Amino acid sequence: MKTTLKVLKYELEDVRRSRGVLAYSLVLLAVSEGLLRFGGSGPKAMLSLLSVVLLLVPLVSLVFGTMYLYNARDFTELLLAQPVRRGALFRGLYLGLSLPLAAGLVIGVGAPFLWHMSVDESSAGAFLALLGTGVLLTFAFTAVASLTAVTIDDRARGLGAAILAWLLAAVVYDGLILLVVTLFADYPLERPLLGLTLLNPVDLGRVLLLLRFDTAALMGYTGVVFERFFGTIWGTSVAVGALLLWTAVPFVLSLWRFRTKDF
Amino acid sequence: MTAMEPRFREMTTDSAAAGRLHVLGSAAAIVELRGLSKRFGQRTVLRAVDCAVGRGRVTAVLGPNAAGKSTLIKVILGMVRPDAGEVLVDGVLVDGDPGYRAVIGYMPQAARFPENLTGRKVVAMLRDLRGSATPVDTTLLDEFGLAEELDKPVRTLSGGTRQKLNAAIAFLFRPSLLILDEPTAGLDPIASGLLKDRILAAARSGASVILTSHVLSELEDLVDDVVFLLDGAVRFAGPLERLRRETGEARLERAIAGLMRRGAR
Repeated sequence: MKTTLKVLKYELEDVRRSRGVLAYSLVLLAVSEGLLRFGGSGPKAMLSLLSVVLLLVPLVSLVFGTMYLYNARDFTELLLAQPVRRGALFRGLYLGLSLPLAAGLVIGVGAPFLWHMSVDESSAGAFLALLGTGVLLTFAFTAVASLTAVTIDDRARGLGAAILAWLLAAVVYDGLILLVVTLFADYPLERPLLGLTLLNPVDLGRVLLLLRFDTAALMGYTGVVFERFFGTIWGTSVAVGALLLWTAVPFVLSLWRFRTKDF
Repeated sequence: MTAMEPRFREMTTDSAAAGRLHVLGSAAAIVELRGLSKRFGQRTVLRAVDCAVGRGRVTAVLGPNAAGKSTLIKVILGMVRPDAGEVLVDGVLVDGDPGYRAVIGYMPQAARFPENLTGRKVVAMLRDLRGSATPVDTTLLDEFGLAEELDKPVRTLSGGTRQKLNAAIAFLFRPSLLILDEPTAGLDPIASGLLKDRILAAARSGASVILTSHVLSELEDLVDDVVFLLDGAVRFAGPLERLRRETGEARLERAIAGLMRRGAR
């Protein structure tokens, strides 16, 4: 634990100062500010931000995460030559990567809402859901990035795999669901669709947000099904639980791999 | 067959080891490798490597590219787990407990540090990880004149400066075992000379040194023992004088070439 915190302390400093995280935060800030300034009220801006968050957070977490870990490889070897445990070192690396990304997101998206004072009592829940979902997605996709970087030694292939994972989760998966829905329109699809939603963290994020906005019906099939099946409270719990699993499973797998692999 | 007979120095600064010397031969060895084998997929990188690295001596691990030099070093450091065989460092079996690495100073081949940290932060991080009570030796940092560069982010430093930092870090915690992978690569002649002086000084004060290098002639005045690897197997292990005697060549470079010709036959 002590080693983890020590690694975390210095890595936080390194990632925090990296241009990538700064640019990420600034882009989100600009989008959020722009939507609030020109797009009207708080809830409306939040709804537009939702799509941005669902696309951008997985992409940045995956690409920045894998790149960072590949770049840190030589230094990781130097750290492995110190009297420290591999597990502690890896936990420090993961947290040092995901925490600044999550902070960059919260600051970038959240700050404009605060200085425009666009969050009132009625939209506070949705605002927190937006930030919370973004943070959960950051942890999940940074874990997937870690798994990619420790499993695939070749950095070009690793980066390719990360981008492929993003395409699958953020773009292709929705198309597949749509295909299933049209192909099997005559059958009861609620339950299979629920299952398919749980398998994709981006969909989970979408559901989580839509449950908080009263526009679930407008924003796609899975959201409605989810709400009907679980209701808001249960739906939220199930989606959060599934997202946490999406963090825990890749994290544990990559931790195991980091502890047993040859450097 | 390839195992080296333990060799003693007349003087060893480690009194505990000196006490055991005559009873237990292996006390003279800081690192012992027994029957090490390693495959990466189809490729066999180490084949039943047996050898011992003498305490207080400078040992060069030599061999052509892909002979297994780096893998050998990484096995000693616990970065690569052997498929078979065992490693003892200072008499302790390397089995996953990281404590033994407290006595090791490592200089990797490639010097890359977190880009946005200053050199000073990198040094502070390693100190923190070792426990801040560990005494440090900044002689090499000072000799390289790195004081000013240490306050700049690593990404702004030149390759040579990074390599100097890399070298200085290996000596930072007064290690009793120095492991240097291609230490003089990327250093200018002055820095390289300073580094060689430090290596000799460390050996004189009782530290053991393992190094690899391609530039054989640079090493001649440093090296006590040679371990020559070819295709993952030890082809020669012993004092430099013996290598010269056996190959009939006075220069290390020619002696190694002689070994390689014999290996090819």
